[in-house]
Amino acid sequence: MSPLERAFREERAQVVATLARRLGDLQLAEDAVSEAFAAAAVAWPSAGVPDRPGAWLTTTAWRKALDVLRRDRSAPGTVEAVVPAAPEPGLHEEDAVLQLVLTCCHPALAIEARVALTLRHVAGLSVAEIAAGFLVPEDTMAKRLVRARTKIRQTAISFELPDPENLAERLSSVQAVLYLVFTEGHLASGEGPAVRTDLCDEAIWLARQLHRLLPGDTETTGLLALMLLQHSRAAARHDDAGQLVAFAEQDRALWDTAAIAEARALLATTGRAPVGPYQVQAAIAALHAAAAGADDVNWPRIADLYGLLDRLAPSPVVTVNRAVAVGRADGPRAALALLAPVLADGRLAGYAPLHAAHADLLERAGDERGAVAAWRHAAELARNPAEQAALRRRASAG
Amino acid sequence: MQYLMLLSHSPDAWDDPEAAQLEEWGAYTQALVEAGIMVSGAGLQGIETATTVQMRGGERLLTDGPFADTKEHLIGFYVIDVPDLDTALEWAAKVPNVRTGSVEVRPVQPGAEAARADAAAVATAG
Repeated sequence: MSPLERAFREERAQVVATLARRLGDLQLAEDAVSEAFAAAAVAWPSAGVPDRPGAWLTTTAWRKALDVLRRDRSAPGTVEAVVPAAPEPGLHEEDAVLQLVLTCCHPALAIEARVALTLRHVAGLSVAEIAAGFLVPEDTMAKRLVRARTKIRQTAISFELPDPENLAERLSSVQAVLYLVFTEGHLASGEGPAVRTDLCDEAIWLARQLHRLLPGDTETTGLLALMLLQHSRAAARHDDAGQLVAFAEQDRALWDTAAIAEARALLATTGRAPVGPYQVQAAIAALHAAAAGADDVNWPRIADLYGLLDRLAPSPVVTVNRAVAVGRADGPRAALALLAPVLADGRLAGYAPLHAAHADLLERAGDERGAVAAWRHAAELARNPAEQAALRRRASAG
Repeated sequence: MQYLMLLSHSPDAWDDPEAAQLEEWGAYTQALVEAGIMVSGAGLQGIETATTVQMRGGERLLTDGPFADTKEHLIGFYVIDVPDLDTALEWAAKVPNVRTGSVEVRPVQPGAEAARADAAAVATAG
């Protein structure tokens, strides 16, 4: 990695955040930082890399932004701009990044807009990269970003840290956005590869930044651990032909043991703090990772944890997962009883994993015809071709 | 920055407000005034009193009733002056009708804000 690439990865968010706070304008800050990186690409190879690249970039970006403000000020008919105080040279406002991510994930913005803003301005992805990640035309993504930034500016969404009593609500929005980016990468929808590692890597990087800023927030810790554990299986999740491999059939030797160890160490730090949904999901993933083989999984404990999760964050999706665990722990009959209300409810009628779980339980309960129908139904609803193929194979095997 | 809070309510929840509710509205308005952020505000009479006006091809069309036939009806508004959206949203969450109805929060156009201030200055000077 060149010094410039390293600075882009390590300092960029900080520089954007510092400028955005001082200027109160995300677009102006982003444009100025892009220019500062362009200037660095010219200056650093000949003049050498500055001792503190972040400070150099902040100062340079700040000058670029002032140039723009002065130009606007001299333009006829514009209100005289008040030039804000310059950031102290090299001032590293640690919480500026936290403020930036909180602003990008403000609950007054649509969830798609929060995702786009966070990837663009905090992670530093280009519009084209974000558009490719979410399979939308670049033009659509560009418009989404412009609309979102306009709302931030026109409604005066603040770049300051919220009050402590509002921080929890704001943080949960950030966590939801990061996990959405991760899950989109982990089980991508639509055409294209079933796992888009780039989005997973970005989500993990963002979760690391958030954890570094808020090491005491146990749900952030849980979220990072959860992502690491799920991503530790990335290499085992599809075979050489790109086919999705079912969890029980994965080659455990391909799991990333370093990531698993890191996640376990993270979870060990959460201690006796009130437990939240991300920590519970991470604990479940850790139990899966701890099993030596598919037959050694501690299903009774996992079923209990899903029961806890169903109380903390009730959702029919959690009930489906709970039923799968109960099916392994106590047999298919008990699990089918748990699943019955979800099947009757209809909210998850289009959710492939529900029908896959149903199919598996029917098969194990001896209802082969019912199982084949449910496998086929699940395959029709699958979100991407690899998953669809995996479910079709089950339908024909039954 | 000035924000308009548009208060809506479904009519069945709005019939015959109790004395306690009226007191709550009074207390809320008082809180806005004491915080020094109240610009203006008013409660509206029921939708049965509404008349909608349109000019079409030079002709004035009058319709009995509100312009949009929605489940929720406009019952009043406040304009408040606060530093940012979060502060406005916090105040919106305390409007008495928010528990059963809804409050739409929108920034007033900065130009309009300035024009109001100009008008006020002219009025004072005159």
